[in-house]
Amino acid sequence: MSGLDPYVWSNLVTVALVVGGLALARFVRGQRLWREASVELWRRRRVAIVVVGVYLVIALLDSIAWKGGVPEGTVGVLPNAPLTVVDRLFLDTKEASYSAPLADVEFYGGRPLRRPGTHLLGTDILGRDVLYMSLKGARVALLIGGLTSLIAIPIALFFGVGAGYFGGRFDDFVFFLISTLASMPGILLLIALIMVMGRGTLSVCVALAVTGWVGFCRLSRAETLKLRELDYVVAARALGVSEPRIIWRHVLPNLAHLIVITFVLMFSGLVLSEAVLSWLGIGVDGSWGQMIDGARDELSREPIVWWNIGAAGTALFGLILAVNAVGDAVRDVLDPRTLRAGE
Amino acid sequence: MSDANESILRVEGLRTWYPIRRGLLRRVVGHVQAATDVSFEIAPGRTLALVGESGCGKSTVGRSILCLENPQEGRVEFEGRDLLSLDATSLRAARQRLQIVFQDPMASLDPRMRIRDQIAEGMHSFGIGADEAERTARVAELLERVQLDPRTMDRYPNEFSGGQRQRICIARALAVEPRLIVCDESVSALDVSIQAQILNLLRRLQEELGLSYLFITHDLSVVRYLAHEVAVMYLGRIVERGPTERLFAHPAHPYTRALLAAIPSIDPARRGEAPPVLGDVPSPSRPPPGCHFHTRCPVAMERCRREAPPMFAIEGGESRCFLSEAPGRAD
Amino acid sequence: MSALLEVRDLRTVFPGEGGPTPVVDGVSFDLDRGEVLALVGESGSGKSMTAFSILRLVPKPGRVVAGSVRLGGEDLLGLSVTAMRRVRGRRISMIFQEPMTCLNPVVRVGEQVVEAIRLHEDVSRADARDRTRALFAEVGIPDPEARLDAYPHQLSGGLKQRVMIAMALSTRPEMLIADEPTTALDVTVQAQILTLLRELQQSRGTAILLITHDLGIVNELADRVAVMYAGRLVEIAPRVPLLTEPLHPYTQGLLRSMPARGRPGEPLPEIPGVVPRASEWPRGCRFSTRCPVRFEPCAETYPAESHPAAGRRVFCHDVERRLPSEGAR
Repeated sequence: MSGLDPYVWSNLVTVALVVGGLALARFVRGQRLWREASVELWRRRRVAIVVVGVYLVIALLDSIAWKGGVPEGTVGVLPNAPLTVVDRLFLDTKEASYSAPLADVEFYGGRPLRRPGTHLLGTDILGRDVLYMSLKGARVALLIGGLTSLIAIPIALFFGVGAGYFGGRFDDFVFFLISTLASMPGILLLIALIMVMGRGTLSVCVALAVTGWVGFCRLSRAETLKLRELDYVVAARALGVSEPRIIWRHVLPNLAHLIVITFVLMFSGLVLSEAVLSWLGIGVDGSWGQMIDGARDELSREPIVWWNIGAAGTALFGLILAVNAVGDAVRDVLDPRTLRAGE
Repeated sequence: MSDANESILRVEGLRTWYPIRRGLLRRVVGHVQAATDVSFEIAPGRTLALVGESGCGKSTVGRSILCLENPQEGRVEFEGRDLLSLDATSLRAARQRLQIVFQDPMASLDPRMRIRDQIAEGMHSFGIGADEAERTARVAELLERVQLDPRTMDRYPNEFSGGQRQRICIARALAVEPRLIVCDESVSALDVSIQAQILNLLRRLQEELGLSYLFITHDLSVVRYLAHEVAVMYLGRIVERGPTERLFAHPAHPYTRALLAAIPSIDPARRGEAPPVLGDVPSPSRPPPGCHFHTRCPVAMERCRREAPPMFAIEGGESRCFLSEAPGRAD
Repeated sequence: MSALLEVRDLRTVFPGEGGPTPVVDGVSFDLDRGEVLALVGESGSGKSMTAFSILRLVPKPGRVVAGSVRLGGEDLLGLSVTAMRRVRGRRISMIFQEPMTCLNPVVRVGEQVVEAIRLHEDVSRADARDRTRALFAEVGIPDPEARLDAYPHQLSGGLKQRVMIAMALSTRPEMLIADEPTTALDVTVQAQILTLLRELQQSRGTAILLITHDLGIVNELADRVAVMYAGRLVEIAPRVPLLTEPLHPYTQGLLRSMPARGRPGEPLPEIPGVVPRASEWPRGCRFSTRCPVRFEPCAETYPAESHPAAGRRVFCHDVERRLPSEGAR
């Protein structure tokens, strides 16, 4: 950890994610059921998938960073700082203060801008390009949604499937855990956790995961209870298949559609939660939530500084809408009832 | 009665009750008396039909034999060993020779698994077949045996009809070379024309492989065709047992008679006969005292309300009815 | 004398991948007043869809695309939605297979019947309750007064089906559609319900369209039988001749493959193969893929209707061939 710069880690993780994504795609191609589902998904929600894809590409471009290649004395860049592709696209765009979209002069005072007419969405109070900030928010949003889900879903599955399948003491324990967590006000728990762990992307993700796994845990427990009694699981037991193998081969694949659907639905909920956290001042740096929070006061100015909040809101809204649209279709496509429709 | 050494399965005094728990402390407030004092045996290559209406406990008996339930009492002797006293490892080994085919061909196959993998699953767990190629060859052979095209092995269950799925389930059970197959309502969900195909298949497999069947069903007309022996259950107890022909020709227990008379006949001359018994089957959590059948029995006596009849030996079987006690009253 | 219900060339389709797939394809039959007609077939034969088409209750996205359904001379397919709603329940009632799922679990059963009566007739609550009590007695529910206030879960399956029957009869319909009314019940209970249906039918003179897969139930209840296979009618005949001397090879096969007719120790005569899916239906006779007596025209042209005897209709080239005297049609 300490030996490497954070940006190297970020690069490694990005590569790992891309490789993992490709491996997943390969797997999906190999399994006819999943392949057919994804083709159907593409048929139904082409636009939304493309939109999500654009966000993904932006986030990936913002995740690969390297040092150097920047002329000395560029405004707003620390010497020897690692810069991502997105950073490099917006090098040397920093202004002194607010400017309206495509304006030539500053919003207050009317001094001429360094780069007049180039800020498509204007600049914010610190003179940062709003388009640049909005693009950088994509990575944060996907990180919050993705990382949190990756922490929460395995926890939920472990407890939910275990409790549902084995029952007994473990079930009692899990049920106690769920009831305890569910009886605490979520937002207070969130704040407390972030206070304890300190601010930062990882701790926000962990805190969101700790408060967010309960719902899916309950769902997977109930579903496992049902699956456990199904004839093909009983038949597998009669065939001498071991319990871990039954879970791996019969229970988890039949929960897969739930996992995918939960992931998609959880994702948009998490991105929105982060916006709430930002509003409370404990969000993640560089998120759309923070942009919205920062623009709060600007709405009372005369004339209104609208482009900042407008850009962040639109970016957030676009992602949530696209993800929800895909999620909706995922639910229809993966519904096990459609598997039996072949009759 | 066949000799003890001859039977492949011998069930003695089996009792499986499910506790009913209520309240905060989950106290046991009663039991669903699913199966009580169930005894029977099956000889190799023979079929015993376990017949009864819903709630009579016939499926519980089937599942108890496979140790999918935990019976409180009794012995389940399979090939001379008591399954209920075995540890997990020996039980797993014993299960290889004891398989089950379910009623609902939609629920008994994993919708997300190719059928070749499902058929091969049991081979994996018992180490049948040296390598993938050998197992694939065996899957093909099994599919042919149940009259399905081996080329369809890469398909998923939803591409098959109900009857075909039931054949796949049979192939899956056969994959581990069982000696006894428990057929739990295996043909009840099928259409008549398909049902005949599966019944014929089961019978042919029995002749070819010397299989034994425990055939659990509510449909007596199917029993007559397939079973060598019949045990009729009512509210958790076997009320009559005997060779099929005798049981159909001369049913001894009033419930067996009622069950036989209740089957709607396809003989146009027989129509409009009065229903043999009235009312519904009582709940197995609160069975009536005395003989369980006395509330619906057309020939119930005072004694039946107080005393539970034991099994009486009759000509060609046993009957749990006081009327079978005296010799000569067997009909 | 005109029939109570006249169904002509009924055709119901569902959208499929290769265009609309028919589930009911050119079905015609009559139901006389006070008559019990059984619609028999295996799953996928279209027997239930025929009933739903008559009531215009075909689940979406299916729809009736052709034909006519006349009830007492009035074409039901042309009625407005509100007029159709008045027909359902008041003139035609339905009994379903699963009494458990057709009763609202949180409403007392008496109340449910009272509501059904008051929905169609302008009667006071007390009158409707009196009628419900009388109906409960009529359908053989013991202690009807107490059962009025029972919830569905407090009743056994047989009693629930009796409540369903009481509800269906509560508006004194001219016609009852019974869709597998005893399939979910135990044999000994089934026998009681069949007896009840027969007695009610005789005392009230209600016409019944009985949908079933079980020829034993047909024998118990029906006056006439219509056998369906793959969306088409194959044979219509009065009960006794149908069961004793069926003419269509499918009906023959169905009767022969019943285990009750089988001889112990001999293989059951089976109908080989499976019912083809709608997308794989042959151009000619639907049964030609499994028929033991098929010959040249069978796979190519659908057989015309032949009338081998009074009241009998058969769709089979083989029967046609053996009836040369009758002439065309």
